[in-house]
Amino acid sequence: MAQEPIVILGAGHAGFQLAASLRQHGFEGAVTLVGDEAGLPYQRPPLSKDYLDGKIGLDLLLMRPDAFYHDHRIDYLAATRAEEIDRARKTVRLASGERLHYRHLVLATGARNRVPPLPGIELDGVCYLRTLAETDLLRDRLHAADNIVVIGAGFIGLEFAAVARAHGKNVHIVELTDRAMGRVVSVTTSRFFAEAHARTGVEFGFGAQAARIGGRVTSPMGGRVDHVELANGDKLPADLVLVSIGVVPNGELAAAAGLEVANGIVVDGELATGDINISAIGDCAVFPCDHAAGHMTRLEAVQNAADHARCIADRLVGKAHPYSALPWFWSEQGKLRLQIAGLTQGHDRTALRGATESGEFSVFCYRGETLLGVESINRPADHAHVRRLLAAGRQVSPDEAADLSFDLRAAATARPA
Amino acid sequence: MPRVTYISQDEKATTLDIDIGTSVMQAAVLHGVDGIVAECGGSCMCATCHVYVREDMLALCPPMEADEDAMLEGTASPRLPNSRLSCQLVATAQMDGLVVRLPETQT
Repeated sequence: MAQEPIVILGAGHAGFQLAASLRQHGFEGAVTLVGDEAGLPYQRPPLSKDYLDGKIGLDLLLMRPDAFYHDHRIDYLAATRAEEIDRARKTVRLASGERLHYRHLVLATGARNRVPPLPGIELDGVCYLRTLAETDLLRDRLHAADNIVVIGAGFIGLEFAAVARAHGKNVHIVELTDRAMGRVVSVTTSRFFAEAHARTGVEFGFGAQAARIGGRVTSPMGGRVDHVELANGDKLPADLVLVSIGVVPNGELAAAAGLEVANGIVVDGELATGDINISAIGDCAVFPCDHAAGHMTRLEAVQNAADHARCIADRLVGKAHPYSALPWFWSEQGKLRLQIAGLTQGHDRTALRGATESGEFSVFCYRGETLLGVESINRPADHAHVRRLLAAGRQVSPDEAADLSFDLRAAATARPA
Repeated sequence: MPRVTYISQDEKATTLDIDIGTSVMQAAVLHGVDGIVAECGGSCMCATCHVYVREDMLALCPPMEADEDAMLEGTASPRLPNSRLSCQLVATAQMDGLVVRLPETQT
């Protein structure tokens, strides 16, 4: 009797990579990849950069061409939504009513946009930037827009702002906290990026809260966005609003099936849920992270999605090991390239390598004497060396980090741990 | 159209006709050549599209920029004198006949 397939729910970076890695590792059984978007799996990072800007088309956005799925015997179900997991019967019920049996189920359900409860949020012209469909709409609207308000100064908001400014649009970013990318980067890096964007003409409102999105009625069906009103009463003219205030992990299916969900689907050090037949990977999974002192961590990153997928693929072909990959991230904002190695949250001191005025520097983030991670701005060699250094469990002191004559490359490769 | 040949770890050769302006990485992904991961999608951020260019053909390739040189420090397989990141090898007419060997691992 043929064995039931491995069923992967979610065809983003994590889900796609798992299907591809299973075949690469020689897995011979059936693999079913279920995605709720139309079309073939695609890469998300270029959406806010080269794809939005029209530098690449859909063909180069796709993970792989159509033939790949056939050639690798990956049964890909597009535009297919899973409704319920029946753990006792080991089945997933789809919206069509069909049931998929699984030998192992992997939840790669990702995350969805956080939508603020603002009056006017439903207006035409309020956009998001996470999916291909959202990006296609945003790209059309971008060309027609004059005044753009971005709500949220995170990676996505800033990447979009850089593209919009390059197209000559007026861009105003409304940020609730007192700095840009505050959830993920040091004060030094945050300030540098805000100043760089401001020099290109982006306007910032920090500590500013959007209270209402105003519109004008254009049809009996609704209206178009016209301005954003802040809590202090200011009105910012807007014919396009990008909402980029982060995401919410998709844990509902797991929770309804009785699996533990707490800011994501809870998994152990091998990315397994409380049910030995179900794992969770990527943006939707919260896992004990070696590089965060074992704390339960949920990351929204391509690296995390792909490395989680490879870890599960190893387990499913009988080579189980704890997940231990070093987290890394990147963002491209105009000419600025930000690369982060490690998790810097909770750092209490920093050492600066290079000068911020030069536009090429790295911020080494420490808690006490322990190097947690490094943010590199237009210094890719630092990033490459630090990734190697941290992955090997090596350290450099703040004094060494700040000394440009200190050989980071040698420290990353030669020094005993 | 320049032709580029990819040689895998198990000595399997795949030859592709590449549009001028398309990178050696993009062509591999478009045609499903295994062995190139390209996790960052071609932004020179990840070093997972590493290839070894046949030594006598290095001159066919565009010169290496500082970013690529830096990111090559972080490849999973050893960096050699003929190492390049294939996302930076954008096809030109003179690249015709290029042969690249895929490394043992990209991650």
